[in-house]
Amino acid sequence: MNILLDLFLSFFKISLFTVGGGYAMIPLIQSTVIGKGWIDAETLINFIGIAESTPGVFAINIGTFIGYDLAGILGVISAATGILLPPFIIILCIFYIARKFSSNKYVIGVFLFLRPAVIALIFTAFLSIAYSTIFISKNDAGIDFNWFGLILMVLSFIGMRKCKKVHPVVFLFISAALGLLFYGFII
Amino acid sequence: MKQKSKNTLSDLIDLALTFFKIGAFTFGGGYAMISIIEREAVTKKKWIESEEMLNVIAIAESTPGPIALNMATYLGAKVAGFVGAFIASVSVLLPALIIITLISAFLTPFFDNQYLRYAFLGMRAGVSALVLNAVINLGGFLKKEKRPAVFAILFISLVFSILSAFNILGFDNIFIIVGAILIGLFYTFIQDKYKKNNKLNSTKDKGNKL
Repeated sequence: MNILLDLFLSFFKISLFTVGGGYAMIPLIQSTVIGKGWIDAETLINFIGIAESTPGVFAINIGTFIGYDLAGILGVISAATGILLPPFIIILCIFYIARKFSSNKYVIGVFLFLRPAVIALIFTAFLSIAYSTIFISKNDAGIDFNWFGLILMVLSFIGMRKCKKVHPVVFLFISAALGLLFYGFII
Repeated sequence: MKQKSKNTLSDLIDLALTFFKIGAFTFGGGYAMISIIEREAVTKKKWIESEEMLNVIAIAESTPGPIALNMATYLGAKVAGFVGAFIASVSVLLPALIIITLISAFLTPFFDNQYLRYAFLGMRAGVSALVLNAVINLGGFLKKEKRPAVFAILFISLVFSILSAFNILGFDNIFIIVGAILIGLFYTFIQDKYKKNNKLNSTKDKGNKL
Protein backbone atom coordinates (compact mmCIF):
# COMPACT_ATOMS: atom_id res chain seq x y z
CA MET A 1 0.00 0.00 0.00
CA ASN A 2 1.07 3.55 -0.64
CA ILE A 3 2.92 4.74 2.48
CA LEU A 4 0.97 8.01 2.67
CA LEU A 5 -2.35 6.20 2.56
CA ASP A 6 -1.09 3.67 5.08
CA LEU A 7 -0.02 6.47 7.47
CA PHE A 8 -3.36 8.21 7.07
CA LEU A 9 -5.41 5.04 7.69
CA SER A 10 -3.28 3.87 10.63
CA PHE A 11 -3.51 7.17 12.49
CA PHE A 12 -7.17 7.51 11.57
CA LYS A 13 -7.73 4.17 13.31
CA ILE A 14 -5.62 5.16 16.34
CA SER A 15 -7.60 8.38 16.75
CA LEU A 16 -10.97 6.70 16.18
CA PHE A 17 -10.42 3.86 18.63
CA THR A 18 -8.93 5.66 21.61
CA VAL A 19 -11.25 7.39 23.99
CA GLY A 20 -9.81 9.67 26.65
CA GLY A 21 -6.84 10.90 24.65
CA GLY A 22 -3.26 11.41 25.76
CA TYR A 23 -1.60 8.44 27.35
CA ALA A 24 -4.65 6.23 26.74
CA MET A 25 -3.45 6.26 23.14
CA ILE A 26 -0.04 4.76 23.83
CA PRO A 27 -0.99 1.04 23.71
CA LEU A 28 -2.71 1.30 20.33
CA ILE A 29 0.03 3.55 18.93
CA GLN A 30 2.60 1.07 20.17
CA SER A 31 0.99 -2.00 18.64
CA THR A 32 0.32 -0.22 15.34
CA VAL A 33 3.65 1.47 14.68
CA ILE A 34 5.81 -1.35 16.02
CA GLY A 35 3.64 -3.96 14.32
CA LYS A 36 4.12 -2.23 10.99
CA GLY A 37 7.85 -2.04 11.58
CA TRP A 38 7.85 1.75 11.35
CA ILE A 39 9.82 2.18 14.55
CA ASP A 40 11.41 -0.10 17.14
CA ALA A 41 10.29 -0.30 20.77
CA GLU A 42 13.32 1.53 22.15
CA THR A 43 13.01 4.49 19.79
CA LEU A 44 9.33 4.72 20.65
CA ILE A 45 10.04 4.88 24.37
CA ASN A 46 12.69 7.56 23.81
CA PHE A 47 10.24 9.45 21.68
CA ILE A 48 7.55 9.37 24.37
CA GLY A 49 10.09 11.32 26.46
CA ILE A 50 10.46 13.85 23.65
CA ALA A 51 6.69 14.11 23.25
CA GLU A 52 6.34 14.85 26.95
CA SER A 53 8.88 17.63 26.75
CA THR A 54 7.42 19.42 23.75
CA PRO A 55 4.14 21.28 23.77
CA GLY A 56 0.96 20.11 22.13
CA VAL A 57 -1.21 17.11 21.55
CA PHE A 58 0.58 13.85 22.29
CA ALA A 59 -0.86 11.83 19.37
CA ILE A 60 0.14 14.58 16.95
CA ASN A 61 3.68 14.56 18.30
CA ILE A 62 4.01 10.83 17.62
CA GLY A 63 2.21 11.02 14.27
CA THR A 64 4.45 13.87 13.12
CA PHE A 65 7.62 12.09 14.21
CA ILE A 66 6.76 8.85 12.43
CA GLY A 67 5.24 10.59 9.41
CA TYR A 68 8.38 12.68 8.92
CA ASP A 69 10.63 9.68 9.40
CA LEU A 70 8.80 7.62 6.77
CA ALA A 71 7.80 10.16 4.15
CA GLY A 72 8.91 13.69 5.04
CA ILE A 73 6.49 16.59 5.13
CA LEU A 74 3.82 14.72 3.13
CA GLY A 75 4.01 11.92 5.69
CA VAL A 76 3.46 14.46 8.48
CA ILE A 77 0.39 15.82 6.71
CA SER A 78 -1.06 12.33 6.11
CA ALA A 79 -0.65 11.26 9.73
CA ALA A 80 -1.97 14.56 11.11
CA THR A 81 -5.02 14.47 8.83
CA GLY A 82 -5.71 10.91 9.97
CA ILE A 83 -5.64 11.98 13.62
CA LEU A 84 -7.70 15.10 13.03
CA LEU A 85 -10.55 13.65 11.00
CA PRO A 86 -12.39 11.24 13.37
CA PRO A 87 -12.79 13.64 16.32
CA PHE A 88 -13.56 16.48 13.93
CA ILE A 89 -16.50 14.63 12.37
CA ILE A 90 -17.78 13.14 15.64
CA ILE A 91 -17.57 16.35 17.67
CA LEU A 92 -19.25 18.40 14.95
CA CYS A 93 -22.17 15.93 14.89
CA ILE A 94 -22.42 16.03 18.69
CA PHE A 95 -22.21 19.81 18.70
CA TYR A 96 -25.17 20.20 16.34
CA ILE A 97 -27.21 17.47 18.04
CA ALA A 98 -26.49 18.86 21.53
CA ARG A 99 -27.50 22.34 20.42
CA LYS A 100 -30.75 21.08 18.94
CA PHE A 101 -31.67 19.16 22.09
CA SER A 102 -30.13 21.48 24.64
CA SER A 103 -33.49 22.12 26.31
CA ASN A 104 -34.42 18.44 26.42
CA LYS A 105 -34.82 17.39 30.05
CA TYR A 106 -32.81 14.19 29.55
CA VAL A 107 -29.87 16.09 28.06
CA ILE A 108 -30.02 18.54 30.97
CA GLY A 109 -30.22 15.65 33.45
CA VAL A 110 -27.23 13.87 31.91
CA PHE A 111 -25.05 16.99 32.03
CA LEU A 112 -26.13 17.69 35.60
CA PHE A 113 -24.41 14.45 36.63
CA LEU A 114 -21.56 14.61 34.14
CA ARG A 115 -20.23 17.87 35.60
CA PRO A 116 -19.37 16.55 39.07
CA ALA A 117 -17.98 13.36 37.48
CA VAL A 118 -15.65 15.43 35.28
CA ILE A 119 -14.51 17.52 38.26
CA ALA A 120 -13.66 14.25 40.02
CA LEU A 121 -11.66 13.03 37.02
CA ILE A 122 -9.64 16.23 36.76
CA PHE A 123 -8.99 16.17 40.50
CA THR A 124 -7.74 12.60 40.21
CA ALA A 125 -5.49 13.64 37.33
CA PHE A 126 -4.07 16.27 39.68
CA LEU A 127 -3.49 13.65 42.38
CA SER A 128 -1.59 11.34 40.08
CA ILE A 129 0.60 14.10 38.60
CA ALA A 130 1.22 15.46 42.11
CA TYR A 131 2.12 11.95 43.27
CA SER A 132 4.72 11.59 40.54
CA THR A 133 6.07 15.03 41.48
CA ILE A 134 6.37 14.38 45.20
CA PHE A 135 7.47 10.76 45.08
CA ILE A 136 10.26 10.03 42.65
CA SER A 137 11.04 6.37 42.22
CA LYS A 138 14.80 6.07 42.43
CA ASN A 139 15.58 2.92 40.44
CA ASP A 140 14.54 0.01 42.62
CA ALA A 141 15.71 1.52 45.89
CA GLY A 142 12.17 2.42 46.88
CA ILE A 143 10.28 5.67 46.71
CA ASP A 144 11.90 8.89 47.81
CA PHE A 145 9.99 11.83 49.20
CA ASN A 146 10.82 14.88 47.14
CA TRP A 147 10.49 17.96 49.36
CA PHE A 148 11.63 20.22 46.60
CA GLY A 149 8.87 19.03 44.25
CA LEU A 150 6.22 19.56 46.94
CA ILE A 151 7.40 23.08 47.77
CA LEU A 152 7.68 24.02 44.09
CA MET A 153 4.15 22.72 43.51
CA VAL A 154 2.68 24.68 46.41
CA LEU A 155 4.50 27.87 45.40
CA SER A 156 3.41 27.56 41.74
CA PHE A 157 -0.16 27.03 42.88
CA ILE A 158 -0.13 30.07 45.16
CA GLY A 159 1.45 32.09 42.34
CA MET A 160 -1.29 31.05 39.90
CA ARG A 161 -4.07 31.91 42.34
CA LYS A 162 -2.60 35.23 43.45
CA CYS A 163 -1.41 36.56 40.09
CA LYS A 164 -4.29 35.71 37.78
CA LYS A 165 -3.11 38.22 35.21
CA VAL A 166 0.12 36.30 34.67
CA HIS A 167 -0.23 33.54 32.10
CA PRO A 168 0.10 30.15 33.85
CA VAL A 169 2.73 29.04 31.38
CA VAL A 170 5.09 31.52 33.07
CA PHE A 171 4.90 29.41 36.23
CA LEU A 172 5.68 26.30 34.20
CA PHE A 173 8.87 27.90 32.89
CA ILE A 174 9.85 29.16 36.35
CA SER A 175 9.37 25.70 37.86
CA ALA A 176 11.36 24.18 34.97
CA ALA A 177 14.22 26.63 35.59
CA LEU A 178 14.21 25.98 39.33
CA GLY A 179 14.04 22.23 38.68
CA LEU A 180 17.08 22.43 36.44
CA LEU A 181 18.93 24.45 39.06
CA PHE A 182 17.99 22.22 41.97
CA TYR A 183 18.15 18.70 40.47
CA GLY A 184 21.09 19.50 38.22
CA PHE A 185 23.35 21.57 40.44
CA ILE A 186 22.31 21.39 44.09
CA ILE A 187 21.64 17.71 44.69
CA MET B 1 -24.36 42.00 6.19
CA LYS B 2 -20.95 43.49 5.65
CA GLN B 3 -20.61 44.00 9.37
CA LYS B 4 -21.44 40.36 10.00
CA SER B 5 -18.87 38.91 7.63
CA LYS B 6 -16.29 41.24 9.09
CA ASN B 7 -17.10 39.93 12.56
CA THR B 8 -16.83 36.36 11.39
CA LEU B 9 -13.43 37.00 9.87
CA SER B 10 -12.14 38.56 13.07
CA ASP B 11 -13.68 35.65 15.01
CA LEU B 12 -11.79 33.22 12.81
CA ILE B 13 -8.49 35.04 13.24
CA ASP B 14 -9.12 35.19 16.98
CA LEU B 15 -9.83 31.43 17.06
CA ALA B 16 -6.73 30.64 15.03
CA LEU B 17 -4.42 32.74 17.21
CA THR B 18 -5.94 31.57 20.50
CA PHE B 19 -5.80 27.87 19.66
CA PHE B 20 -2.32 28.16 18.19
CA LYS B 21 -1.25 29.70 21.48
CA ILE B 22 -3.00 26.94 23.43
CA GLY B 23 -1.23 24.31 21.31
CA ALA B 24 2.13 26.01 21.76
CA PHE B 25 1.83 26.62 25.49
CA THR B 26 0.67 23.27 26.76
CA PHE B 27 3.24 20.96 28.16
CA GLY B 28 2.31 17.92 30.15
CA GLY B 29 -0.64 16.48 28.27
CA GLY B 30 -4.40 16.73 28.09
CA TYR B 31 -5.25 17.78 31.63
CA ALA B 32 -2.76 20.64 31.67
CA MET B 33 -4.35 21.76 28.42
CA ILE B 34 -7.79 21.85 30.04
CA SER B 35 -6.76 24.63 32.39
CA ILE B 36 -5.09 26.65 29.62
CA ILE B 37 -8.19 26.31 27.41
CA GLU B 38 -10.40 27.22 30.39
CA ARG B 39 -8.39 30.39 30.95
CA GLU B 40 -8.59 31.44 27.30
CA ALA B 41 -12.14 30.40 26.41
CA VAL B 42 -14.00 31.10 29.68
CA THR B 43 -12.08 33.83 31.48
CA LYS B 44 -10.50 35.86 28.69
CA LYS B 45 -12.59 35.46 25.55
CA LYS B 46 -15.89 34.55 27.25
CA TRP B 47 -16.77 32.20 24.41
CA ILE B 48 -18.47 29.84 26.82
CA GLU B 49 -19.79 29.70 30.40
CA SER B 50 -17.85 27.79 33.02
CA GLU B 51 -20.64 25.19 33.39
CA GLU B 52 -20.92 24.54 29.67
CA MET B 53 -17.14 24.19 29.64
CA LEU B 54 -17.58 21.17 31.91
CA ASN B 55 -20.07 19.72 29.44
CA VAL B 56 -17.49 20.19 26.67
CA ILE B 57 -14.82 18.45 28.75
CA ALA B 58 -17.21 15.57 29.42
CA ILE B 59 -17.95 15.26 25.70
CA ALA B 60 -14.24 15.50 24.84
CA GLU B 61 -13.37 12.78 27.34
CA SER B 62 -16.04 10.37 26.23
CA THR B 63 -15.52 10.61 22.48
CA PRO B 64 -12.61 9.26 20.43
CA GLY B 65 -9.49 11.28 19.75
CA PRO B 66 -7.17 13.58 21.68
CA ILE B 67 -9.06 15.64 24.30
CA ALA B 68 -7.56 18.99 23.30
CA LEU B 69 -8.50 18.39 19.67
CA ASN B 70 -12.08 17.52 20.64
CA MET B 71 -12.37 20.64 22.75
CA ALA B 72 -10.93 22.82 19.99
CA THR B 73 -13.41 21.42 17.47
CA TYR B 74 -16.37 22.02 19.80
CA LEU B 75 -15.36 25.53 20.83
CA GLY B 76 -14.52 26.44 17.23
CA ALA B 77 -17.98 25.28 16.14
CA LYS B 78 -19.57 27.24 18.96
CA VAL B 79 -17.81 30.48 18.01
CA ALA B 80 -17.97 30.28 14.22
CA GLY B 81 -19.68 27.11 12.97
CA PHE B 82 -18.09 24.53 10.68
CA VAL B 83 -15.27 26.79 9.46
CA GLY B 84 -14.54 27.81 13.05
CA ALA B 85 -14.29 24.15 14.08
CA PHE B 86 -11.85 23.49 11.25
CA ILE B 87 -9.68 26.55 12.00
CA ALA B 88 -9.56 25.84 15.75
CA SER B 89 -8.65 22.18 15.40
CA VAL B 90 -5.95 22.77 12.80
CA SER B 91 -4.52 25.66 14.85
CA VAL B 92 -4.28 23.62 18.04
CA LEU B 93 -2.31 20.93 16.18
CA LEU B 94 -0.02 23.21 14.24
CA PRO B 95 2.57 24.08 16.93
CA ALA B 96 3.27 20.42 17.77
CA LEU B 97 3.45 19.64 14.08
CA ILE B 98 5.98 22.39 13.40
CA ILE B 99 8.09 21.73 16.49
CA ILE B 100 8.35 17.97 16.00
CA THR B 101 9.10 18.36 12.31
CA LEU B 102 11.94 20.77 13.15
CA ILE B 103 13.25 18.43 15.86
CA SER B 104 13.11 15.43 13.54
CA ALA B 105 14.93 17.38 10.88
CA PHE B 106 17.64 19.00 12.97
CA LEU B 107 17.74 18.30 16.65
CA THR B 108 17.29 14.65 17.59
CA PRO B 109 20.42 14.25 19.82
CA PHE B 110 19.38 17.28 21.87
CA PHE B 111 16.74 15.23 23.63
CA ASP B 112 19.05 12.78 25.32
CA ASN B 113 20.21 15.65 27.48
CA GLN B 114 20.26 15.00 31.22
CA TYR B 115 19.66 18.66 32.11
CA LEU B 116 16.56 18.80 29.97
CA ARG B 117 15.22 15.91 32.01
CA TYR B 118 15.84 17.86 35.23
CA ALA B 119 14.01 20.85 33.83
CA PHE B 120 10.99 18.69 32.98
CA LEU B 121 11.03 17.11 36.39
CA GLY B 122 10.78 20.64 37.80
CA MET B 123 8.06 21.55 35.35
CA ARG B 124 5.96 18.64 36.57
CA ALA B 125 5.43 20.56 39.83
CA GLY B 126 4.06 23.48 37.81
CA VAL B 127 1.82 21.15 35.80
CA SER B 128 0.31 19.71 39.01
CA ALA B 129 -0.45 23.23 40.22
CA LEU B 130 -2.01 24.05 36.86
CA VAL B 131 -4.34 21.05 36.99
CA LEU B 132 -5.39 21.82 40.58
CA ASN B 133 -6.09 25.37 39.45
CA ALA B 134 -8.43 24.00 36.76
CA VAL B 135 -10.29 21.94 39.37
CA ILE B 136 -10.89 25.03 41.50
CA ASN B 137 -11.93 27.27 38.61
CA LEU B 138 -14.26 24.73 37.05
CA GLY B 139 -15.62 23.44 40.36
CA GLY B 140 -16.92 26.91 41.30
CA PHE B 141 -20.48 25.88 40.38
CA LEU B 142 -20.53 23.50 43.35
CA LYS B 143 -20.74 26.47 45.72
CA LYS B 144 -24.25 27.25 44.47
CA GLU B 145 -25.26 23.62 44.11
CA LYS B 146 -27.75 22.30 46.66
CA ARG B 147 -28.89 18.95 45.23
CA PRO B 148 -27.38 16.14 47.30
CA ALA B 149 -27.42 13.81 44.28
CA VAL B 150 -24.77 15.98 42.57
CA PHE B 151 -22.45 15.67 45.57
CA ALA B 152 -23.12 11.95 45.77
CA ILE B 153 -21.94 11.58 42.15
CA LEU B 154 -18.92 13.75 42.87
CA PHE B 155 -17.97 11.54 45.79
CA ILE B 156 -18.58 8.22 44.01
CA SER B 157 -16.66 9.31 40.90
CA LEU B 158 -13.82 10.52 43.09
CA VAL B 159 -13.58 7.19 44.90
CA PHE B 160 -13.64 5.13 41.71
CA SER B 161 -11.24 7.31 39.76
CA ILE B 162 -8.74 7.53 42.61
CA LEU B 163 -8.86 3.76 43.16
CA SER B 164 -8.19 3.16 39.48
CA ALA B 165 -5.55 5.90 39.16
CA PHE B 166 -3.51 4.19 41.85
CA ASN B 167 -4.11 0.76 40.31
CA ILE B 168 -6.33 -0.62 43.04
CA LEU B 169 -9.28 -1.00 40.70
CA GLY B 170 -9.07 -1.48 36.93
CA PHE B 171 -11.57 1.21 35.99
CA ASP B 172 -11.23 3.35 32.90
CA ASN B 173 -12.37 6.99 32.95
CA ILE B 174 -14.88 6.15 30.25
CA PHE B 175 -16.78 3.85 32.65
CA ILE B 176 -17.17 6.68 35.14
CA ILE B 177 -18.50 8.94 32.42
CA VAL B 178 -20.87 6.30 31.05
CA GLY B 179 -22.02 5.62 34.63
CA ALA B 180 -22.76 9.31 35.18
CA ILE B 181 -24.71 9.43 31.91
CA LEU B 182 -26.83 6.40 32.87
CA ILE B 183 -27.53 7.80 36.34
CA GLY B 184 -28.47 11.14 34.76
CA LEU B 185 -30.96 9.44 32.44
CA PHE B 186 -32.39 7.32 35.27
CA TYR B 187 -32.68 10.31 37.62
CA THR B 188 -34.51 12.37 35.00
CA PHE B 189 -36.81 9.44 34.22
CA ILE B 190 -37.72 8.93 37.91
CA GLN B 191 -38.17 12.64 38.52
CA ASP B 192 -40.38 12.88 35.48
CA LYS B 193 -42.53 9.95 36.54
CA TYR B 194 -42.82 11.34 40.05
CA LYS B 195 -43.98 14.70 38.71
CA LYS B 196 -46.53 13.05 36.39
CA ASN B 197 -47.88 10.93 39.25
CA ASN B 198 -48.22 14.02 41.38
CA LYS B 199 -50.08 15.79 38.62
CA LEU B 200 -52.33 12.76 38.11
CA ASN B 201 -53.08 12.57 41.81
CA SER B 202 -53.82 16.25 42.08
CA THR B 203 -56.20 16.12 39.10
CA LYS B 204 -57.84 13.02 40.63
CA ASP B 205 -58.28 14.94 43.89
CA LYS B 206 -59.84 17.77 42.01
CA GLY B 207 -62.15 15.32 40.25
CA ASN B 208 -63.25 13.83 43.57
CA LYS B 209 -63.95 17.20 45.00
CA LEU B 210 -66.07 18.12 42.06
